[in-house]
Amino acid sequence: MIFNPLNNDMTSATELHSKRQYDTYPLDSKQLIAAYKVMRLTRLFDHKCIALQRTGQIGTYPSCEGAEAIGVGTAQAMRSDDVFVPYYRDQAAQIVRGVQLEEMLLYWGGDERGSDFKGPRQDMPNCIPISTQCTHACGIASAFKIRHQKRVSVCSLGDGATSKGDFAEALNLAAVWQLPVVFVINSNQWAISVPRHRQCAAKQLIDKATAAGFTGVQVDGNNFGAVVTTVAAAIARARAGKGPGLIECLSYRLSDHTTADDASRYRQKRELEQARQQDPLTQLSAQLRARGEWNDSLEAELNAHCHRHIDRAVANYQNTPIRSAESMFEHLYAERPAQLDWQFARIKTQELNDE
Amino acid sequence: MSKITLLEAVNMALQYELQRDSNMVLLGEDIGLNGGVFRATANLQSEFGPTRVMDTPLAESMIAGVAIGMAVQGLHPVAEIQFMGFIYAAMEQIVGHAARLRNRTCGRLSCPLVIRAPFGGGIHAPEHHSESTETLFAHIPGLRVVIPSSPKRAYGLLLAAIRNPDPVIFLEPKRIYRAVKHTIANDGHALPLDSCFTLREGRDITLVTWGAQVMETLEAAEVLAHKGVKAEVIDVATLKPLDMKTIYSSVAYTGRCIIIHEAARSFGAGAEIAANLAEHALQDLKAPVVRVCGYDTVMPLLRNEHYYLPSSRDIVTAAEKLVSFN
Ligand SMILES: Cc1ncc(C[n+]2csc(CCOP(=O)(O)OP(=O)(O)O)c2C)c(N)n1
Ligand SMILES: [Mg+2]
Repeated sequence: MIFNPLNNDMTSATELHSKRQYDTYPLDSKQLIAAYKVMRLTRLFDHKCIALQRTGQIGTYPSCEGAEAIGVGTAQAMRSDDVFVPYYRDQAAQIVRGVQLEEMLLYWGGDERGSDFKGPRQDMPNCIPISTQCTHACGIASAFKIRHQKRVSVCSLGDGATSKGDFAEALNLAAVWQLPVVFVINSNQWAISVPRHRQCAAKQLIDKATAAGFTGVQVDGNNFGAVVTTVAAAIARARAGKGPGLIECLSYRLSDHTTADDASRYRQKRELEQARQQDPLTQLSAQLRARGEWNDSLEAELNAHCHRHIDRAVANYQNTPIRSAESMFEHLYAERPAQLDWQFARIKTQELNDE
Repeated sequence: MSKITLLEAVNMALQYELQRDSNMVLLGEDIGLNGGVFRATANLQSEFGPTRVMDTPLAESMIAGVAIGMAVQGLHPVAEIQFMGFIYAAMEQIVGHAARLRNRTCGRLSCPLVIRAPFGGGIHAPEHHSESTETLFAHIPGLRVVIPSSPKRAYGLLLAAIRNPDPVIFLEPKRIYRAVKHTIANDGHALPLDSCFTLREGRDITLVTWGAQVMETLEAAEVLAHKGVKAEVIDVATLKPLDMKTIYSSVAYTGRCIIIHEAARSFGAGAEIAANLAEHALQDLKAPVVRVCGYDTVMPLLRNEHYYLPSSRDIVTAAEKLVSFN
């Protein structure tokens, strides 16, 4: 079960997806409200994760503050049977995809079960080696194409990730093979301490699509409507067999790179303050308030609901027993080779001795 | 049934399995119409079409990454890296993803793929075309590393590798691609992975090797036989997971062991075998375990590569020294 932002209650991921309208743009208020709710949930969850890290309850954590519109927009543009290929700052998209908060806590808390998503079984787990997920997305898309499945693989990456060969290799192949794959760049202006202009001399990262022989689109990544509309259009094209898409979502990393980072060492406070003016959540709620669709009491209600949901997830995470020591041998090979038996036996006795 | 080479056996196994398994696909550089630079995939594209036998753009990391994506979706990709010397760009994908995907998702996703690459020296190839770096892969948990050394084993082990649900690095000793011919029934019969093959029995000394060096080692065993030394020859075949049992039981008789590999000596797979013998079979050993290997140097270019490669004479010399050790 996951949190359903449409009606503030728990529902299954498939239910959530079947309710969503994909191709009816411009967006109606209902979709905007749904998006806002899940963006708020993501933000509050993100803050909770930072607090948990600060108090030693999870490991190093990469905040997604500022990336909520990109993630929610991207995931809402997808069908449930599409495959999402994330990097590590994709909490927002993952929540929409049906990854559970406690799974994310398990992952960042250091438990492999956090990548055993109960919801989107075919989505890829977080990818830490930068940009390496891009070619996986191509492989997944070619499987769809080979099987004549009308599915799309959607790959998320950072702006720094576009400097790696993997990205160029993936775009190149995607275009040559006309794959149903869409790449979405969270162009948050920083790759740890390296600013965008030190990363790439091209004015737009989508120029790299031009080099591969197709056209990319730049959008305001702080504007949910812009993101969802653009990604949906690219996905529709890809699904129709018209080849890959590249969308560069201009945004700003409102947080430190991770909880292990201190961004004040390398970026100006003023820059961050300016970027905060463009906060995707503030913008969307202002839009809704202007339409008379949102107010303080709805906000308070949503916050209370999100907190309850998050607290439940944290409790579940904290109550999850640690895996056995020998679990490191599980699923290493489809069947544990006899050669590993003695090591397996050894760790079991080690565990007994520790108790 | 006609007699075929190791290379033709690779082709025959690929052809057999493409026919049997509709999820299987091939990808790599020049593997389509051209049939691969060694012709391992000859005629497969014309038989199975470009959707199942795919020429890729020239990018090794991409080939491995795409194979991973395909495998995750349930296809059974067999990717060719044109030469082992160019596999390093794919290391990040192999080590960082293929090897660990099942483990890190608790079995939710897996990576049933094979990466084939010709390796080893002795064919007077250009720079970067002659190294043996199998140990880089054998070190990685989650991978399987398989090296055939005859047409029969190439056919049976490749079939086993493709059918295996784990990621397999399948290294083909290109020096012996066309060295010998075997009569092989194209019956889809796979050989067991994870087990050594005893190619020749003998009670005086155990010679452990793999890949093209199987030829030198068999030759050395023949020479030794004339000198009254009966050598047992073991083809390791699967470097990872390593079947030490077969080696232990041979050494239990012979008490003497030489490990022969083309790869550089230090930190090579021979060290792993020797360490295992020291840890678990010391009581059986009548003499130190010895390695006959490549040198710890950059592989020389073609004029001098024969100085680098172990020869059957090197093996005979080492064996004679070892049998007289006491
Ligand atoms: C291949 C690789 N190199 C280096 C790192 C260390 N590292 C982690 S995140 C990061 C910056 C990535 O920046 P970007 O792609 O812009 O994504 P962002 O973190 O800004 O969302 C680096 C260098 C890594 N994880 N992988
Ligand atoms: Mg960035």
